[in-house]
Amino acid sequence: MTYPDDRKYTKDHEWIRVSGDVAEVGITDYAQQQLGDVVYVELPDVGAQVSAGRPFGSIESVKAVSELFAPMGGQVVEVNGHLKQHPELVNSDPHATWMIRIRVSNPAEAAALLDSAQYQKLLG
Amino acid sequence: MTVANASPGRTPNVPNAPNDPNVLRKTPLNDRHHAAGARMVPFAGWEMPLEYTGITSEHMAVRTRAGLFDVSHMGEIEIAGKDALAAVQRIACSDPAQLAVGQAQYSGLLTPDGTFLDDMIVYRMAPGHFLLVVNASNVAKDYAWISEQAKAAGDAAVIDSSSRYALLALQGPASQDVLQPLTGVELAGIGAFQFAYGEVAGARVTIARTGYTGEDGFEIFVPPNMADRVWQAILEAGRRADVIPVGLGARDTLRLEAAMRLYGNDIDESTTVLEAGLGWMIGWTNERFIGRERLLQQREQGVTRRLVGFEVTDPGIARHSYRVIQDGRPVGVVTSGTQTPFLKKAIGMAYVPVALARAGSEIQIDIRGRVARAAVVPMPFYKRKV
Repeated sequence: MTYPDDRKYTKDHEWIRVSGDVAEVGITDYAQQQLGDVVYVELPDVGAQVSAGRPFGSIESVKAVSELFAPMGGQVVEVNGHLKQHPELVNSDPHATWMIRIRVSNPAEAAALLDSAQYQKLLG
Repeated sequence: MTVANASPGRTPNVPNAPNDPNVLRKTPLNDRHHAAGARMVPFAGWEMPLEYTGITSEHMAVRTRAGLFDVSHMGEIEIAGKDALAAVQRIACSDPAQLAVGQAQYSGLLTPDGTFLDDMIVYRMAPGHFLLVVNASNVAKDYAWISEQAKAAGDAAVIDSSSRYALLALQGPASQDVLQPLTGVELAGIGAFQFAYGEVAGARVTIARTGYTGEDGFEIFVPPNMADRVWQAILEAGRRADVIPVGLGARDTLRLEAAMRLYGNDIDESTTVLEAGLGWMIGWTNERFIGRERLLQQREQGVTRRLVGFEVTDPGIARHSYRVIQDGRPVGVVTSGTQTPFLKKAIGMAYVPVALARAGSEIQIDIRGRVARAAVVPMPFYKRKV
């Protein structure tokens, strides 16, 4: 699996793809492998505020529950409704499956995140 | 993302005397699991496969075709001698006197309080010879307890023979068709909870129609040096039926759908047989068993809490150790819970006050700070069509 260059990554295995002032957030291929079969994704409502490094939801596989951390802060403008019926999309196509779209409040926060090469180095 | 509680069902991590507790023990099939790309995890002191292709696909294989499990970590304790029956009657809360040779029964190893030291399957190998299959995490404790109790019973030797057996489980509707070509034993003649001796793929084995999945299937006791041969032969014979290896992850979700209790989660030394809803396993005709008096008393007085099955009706999944709450106060605890692959529902088991134990009762569960509603439902959640 490749880790696309068009986005940033966190040490907690989320990715964020910023375009303009809106960004999509998901989890990495490594994260979905660690989780195993995803059965439920709990996401915030549209309008909610998320902040960098703070939990914005949770993701559950058959065997575990994990918190999802926001790579950057902002306001939730859209939630991926498909995940309610098809949480397995997180496993089958993690880098194309965004969970929330946020309106980024401070673009400078991106500087603290990892690029693809740095993230893959972290994975070893 | 941080993974919180990844485990194939919580297990007390008990060291496996006499081995070094810091070194994980390996079954004879360990190399096979690694070669198959299994995700290996520590479980009860053993390095065991959690999953090969994924819990969901493995779970579905067992429900629709068949799956092969390495459960060689399970313990085997044998009791033999002139007074073996009396010894087993003392430590098992079922009535082993009702077992003919070649039959097995689910049973409990109880404290004098009627709570569980362990749960087990008792096999009658010969008139004066019994085999108990116990949980891996409890072997040392069980063996010490049984040895002590057997002294009072007279002529009965107790042997921990765990290292003499590898244990393979072939489970699922296609099990008999897959296994039959590999053995001269007439499998159709082995009923549920019966067993026979014979050969599978040239190995001397005991074939039992038992399991922990809620499906038809067999558990096969194999000499450790023959385990690899039997494992490979079954997978080869099952290739056309798409039989796959299955790990402990799916073993946990399968047993939960079938409402089978997991020691250390649903039952332990603090829960009685009656509270656990397992009164049916008690052999009241057995007047010898330890814990009988307390259970008779509890049957008379009634229990104050009971293990029930529930289905979460709000979004979310209730997991082990989450609280059952009523009017904002904790009144019970979830012992097992997940979203299961076949039923595709968030189900689980919980101890609740008897007032809430009736099927149809609505209970509330604290899911990481959020209150979710759940309905008490009859168990098992899944029952195979015979």
